[in-house]
Amino acid sequence: MDALLLQILNGLDKGSAYALIALGLTLIFGTLGVVNFAHGALFMIGAFCAVFIQGLLNLSYETIDETQKDFLGNPLKVKTPYLENWFGPETGGAIIDWSVPLAILFAIPVMIAVGVIMERGLIKHFYKRPHADQILVTFGLAIVLQEVIKYFYGANPIPTPAPSSLTGAFDFGVLLGFDPNAIIYPYWRMIYFVFAIAIIGSVFAFLQFTTFGMVVRAGMADRETVSMLGINIDKRFTMMFGIAAAVAGLAGVMYTPINPPNYHMGMDFLVLSFVVVVVGGMGSLPGAVLAGFLLGILESFASTTWATTTIPGINQVIIYVVAIIVLLTRPRGLMGRKGVMEE
Amino acid sequence: MLGLNKNDTTLFVVIIILTILAPFLLNPFPTESTLAQFNAGYPDLMEKFVVFGIFAIGFNILFGLTGYLSFGHAAFLGVGSYSAVWIYKLFTYNVIPALILAVIVSGIFAVLIGYVSLRRSGIYFSILTLAFAQMSFALAYSVLSNPKFNLTNGETGLQIYANDLQLFHRESLPDFPHIFGLSMGSTYKLGVGPWEFQFNVAYYFCAIMMILSFYFAIRLFRSPFGMMLRAVKSNQQRLNYTGLNSRPYMLAAFVISGMYAGLAGGLLAVTDPLAGAERMQWTASGEVVLMTILGGAGTLIGPVLGAGFIKYFENIFSKINDQVLHQWFTFLPDGLENLLVAIVHPFIGKGWHLTLGILFMLVVIFLPGGLVEGGQRIARTARRLMRRDKAADASNVSAE
Amino acid sequence: MSKNELTRRSMLKAGVAGLATPTVFAGAAYSFTNDPQGGAVTLGFNVPQTGPYADEGADELRAYQLAVEHLNGGGDGGMINTFSSKTLDGNGILGQKVEFVTGDTQTKGDAARASAKSMIEKDGAIMITGGSSSSTAIAVQGLCQEAGIIFMAGLTHSNDTTGKDRKANGFRHFFNGYMSGAALAPVLANRYGTDRKAYHLTADYTWGWTQQESIANSTEALGWETINNVMTPLASTDFSSYIAPVLNSGADVLVLNHYGGNMVNSLTNAVQFGLRDREANGKNFEIVVPLYSRLMARGAGENVKGILGSTNWHWSLPDDGSKAFVRSFGTQYGFPPSQAAHTCYVQTLLYADAVNRAGSFNPCAVVEALEGFEFDGLGNGPTLYRADDHQCFKDVLVVQGKENPTSEFDILEVVEVTPRAQVEYPADHPMFGGAEASLGSCNPGA
Repeated sequence: MDALLLQILNGLDKGSAYALIALGLTLIFGTLGVVNFAHGALFMIGAFCAVFIQGLLNLSYETIDETQKDFLGNPLKVKTPYLENWFGPETGGAIIDWSVPLAILFAIPVMIAVGVIMERGLIKHFYKRPHADQILVTFGLAIVLQEVIKYFYGANPIPTPAPSSLTGAFDFGVLLGFDPNAIIYPYWRMIYFVFAIAIIGSVFAFLQFTTFGMVVRAGMADRETVSMLGINIDKRFTMMFGIAAAVAGLAGVMYTPINPPNYHMGMDFLVLSFVVVVVGGMGSLPGAVLAGFLLGILESFASTTWATTTIPGINQVIIYVVAIIVLLTRPRGLMGRKGVMEE
Repeated sequence: MLGLNKNDTTLFVVIIILTILAPFLLNPFPTESTLAQFNAGYPDLMEKFVVFGIFAIGFNILFGLTGYLSFGHAAFLGVGSYSAVWIYKLFTYNVIPALILAVIVSGIFAVLIGYVSLRRSGIYFSILTLAFAQMSFALAYSVLSNPKFNLTNGETGLQIYANDLQLFHRESLPDFPHIFGLSMGSTYKLGVGPWEFQFNVAYYFCAIMMILSFYFAIRLFRSPFGMMLRAVKSNQQRLNYTGLNSRPYMLAAFVISGMYAGLAGGLLAVTDPLAGAERMQWTASGEVVLMTILGGAGTLIGPVLGAGFIKYFENIFSKINDQVLHQWFTFLPDGLENLLVAIVHPFIGKGWHLTLGILFMLVVIFLPGGLVEGGQRIARTARRLMRRDKAADASNVSAE
Repeated sequence: MSKNELTRRSMLKAGVAGLATPTVFAGAAYSFTNDPQGGAVTLGFNVPQTGPYADEGADELRAYQLAVEHLNGGGDGGMINTFSSKTLDGNGILGQKVEFVTGDTQTKGDAARASAKSMIEKDGAIMITGGSSSSTAIAVQGLCQEAGIIFMAGLTHSNDTTGKDRKANGFRHFFNGYMSGAALAPVLANRYGTDRKAYHLTADYTWGWTQQESIANSTEALGWETINNVMTPLASTDFSSYIAPVLNSGADVLVLNHYGGNMVNSLTNAVQFGLRDREANGKNFEIVVPLYSRLMARGAGENVKGILGSTNWHWSLPDDGSKAFVRSFGTQYGFPPSQAAHTCYVQTLLYADAVNRAGSFNPCAVVEALEGFEFDGLGNGPTLYRADDHQCFKDVLVVQGKENPTSEFDILEVVEVTPRAQVEYPADHPMFGGAEASLGSCNPGA
């Protein structure tokens, strides 16, 4: 029982990342009809927003400490962040400690800008082109973006810890009456889950309850009619691309304390996020979210010792097995609409 | 000729000439010159060109004709390689049985995967093929390489050990894939002035295979069967309404295309007797998609060009380093030399991915029809210029 | 391979003589592949330049360039001055100037072989070296055996490289999984007691398996119990579902048989789950990372503090060889070398020295010179290149994440130098292919 609960928790956490990425991907696909292979790269750029902010807050001056030696035997240069100099070690240190949450403020405008520029500068010219061309050009873009990041930050992962007050793990089990240590879960992963729910909720609320959102939904259903009504749907779609990029970016920022970011983390998620979107059903936002959590939970269960001893290798193929079963029993994924991307 | 129309015959003859003369054509720079870095006329790369050319031709039969985008074709490539290496391990280094088994096994795989995947279309089909391929990859990488049942030898790759059975292997035969005793590894080197050209058995063997594959693809493109596949691409629904069941045609196309991939996989094992799981990974499936689209999907020659383009970058640009750059720019003043090296530096060596990514984007943005369209544009411009020249000549004549 | 393969350079000479008339060559005029002619010898440096190990590859490349500089008499000579064999005099190898070509393995077997082949077929490389993973090392080693080229492995830790996949033309200076286990186990027993229950997470591919087997064997011999071993897919990025059940499993030690990005993520996740703050079986819960890489450990940040593991070499070693190497590398590039850089530098020097001692570039002569070679002064103390399996035997370092690092390079501290005798094993050890494993015979190619 406790093991079951533990894996559900795990699955919800994994699923949050999948759901956020799939949500952004579906927003772009549903509004613009573009298959965006650069979406993983947007996730990665979001994560590197956090790395950038951390680096910025850690800008340091050097003082020479004669008592210590560096690796060449010269006097050691000790780095002290300017922030600690300006605000005192305590306050300055606290600001640096909170660099990941602070990065959210930075990432939102940056990611929206990246999204809008991408749409206006490149994607716009590909609306009328076949999906294959869209895949190729966005894949090319993804490679370029990740190589640019690699040029500046290298290939190794970069540690971006959560604020120290939010590290550590919480013993759920005791709360529910299990033995101590039966169900422990890290604070930051719980925060990630809550954060994901909040983002998903706001995107749905935005689409559901604002005029802007209503127009966008109308445009998703029938672009031509909406444009004929004299509404500039293109502008709104551009904005949606920006929002989708921001969703992916925020998913990336918040992911950095879970696993240190590296330049190819986007590619690791790319294939998976497409499977999630398709299992959910092309063009369906609730479908994407549902599939994200579903696959997250199933993946967690498949990783248990019990599952891997029963069926060896199940943890490596579960996502694909589920995808095949869903697509064969439900032709358009869990909640897909008829006629979308079937040609 | 050979049942081909005039245009196709020309194309076919050009392909034959190009593949036969490849060791010369790909080695335009003298060996000791600084530009020799750009020479591609060494056996391994030429083999890669033709083998991946076959892979892409096969992929194009499915994607170019029917529009069904398979994202799991690498599975067949991998299966082909594994089958061939198992023939080496159990029976003989002779490549003929190895290739036959490679094509048959990949064909069977394609029937199974195709039968299931073709029940869906569009992106749902792509994801189904991707799922099957990724499953095969995961299984080959770890599950099927456990000590009790070692079918794939995991990440190390399946290779031949001295204590393998090799039932029909004889002392007199080479310890390398061979065709009736002629080792695939033998190379004949020809020195002409400062040039050196290499003629390798494996290359010519693969080249003949590619020429045959290409011929078969032309015939298929022009056949009623090919017409049927094109009809699927233009409007499958309408086709179904006419009372035709398109599914068997689709399955046939899928299997043929899978067998091409299996042949390519088998040929990889002909040039190098080793099969690794990474040949089945999604990146390998993605690569053949890129090759085909980059070269020009639906055209005959496009996929081969695309395959050559990508393999060239992978093997040539990744080997250029700063030292080489300094050699190139050595004639410049020091400051300028360093500046140029610094500018070019991010795009070569470890930056070859960046260059490839940029080129992908440029080609797709400016040449929607891929490299073939680029070629056509150049040809058209050339023709126009010639015509203008002729017109100019004509007017000159009349003026006199 | 072929009987009438000729080297590029020899061809050139003859080609020039024949001017434009095609010259036809036949017969085995040369005894081995890529015999260097014309005053220069080409070495092939085949390292990952793209993909997750690109930074490690870049560090290897730096070391190779430094080695070439030193072999050609440039710079301060580095470890040439401390090397016990004195044949290297700054005049290249056998008086031939050392040149090099580079390639990208992409950490994939196929790509690594393609790159190595182009070095052999196109650039006339006489020796191939490098790599940052066991799969590429084994793939390229096999290729070099077929082609008749010497392969000096870079960073490869799997038992198989010099175990069941050993080859006569291949040599490994780096240590292996067995040695990690043999060196670590006593330190672990010392620190954490002999009554421990270990839970293994293992990367699901050959290196992971051999590593896990080695650690489990060595710790069990000292009284530990292995209560579970869970395989994790190589492509995993998030290890939460593997780590979450650990605390409740009855184990009190977690062994992470992961390398590179896997190691960074699994260690980060384990610390995240608060494993180290908890107690199990009345003891502090401990985490062990059997193979450390300083470059990669940096990615795990604070999480490495106090965690034990093993490494082939570390820049803080006080011997003359290490100091000389750190000095020349650090002066050139501004930071200390990694263990990958060290092993690559050493391998290049060892090859050059072996050619000098053999008096020939012929691979078979080089193999003979390296087999059973005893040397010192290259940073690991007295070392033997064992003839039976071409594995180097030397002291192994047990290290621990440093509590108070003074700089971004100061991540690990050496806890113990395990003497060579303690990590030795017979060449027909069952973990190394048993009695069946054989080097075969050296292949000089053409």
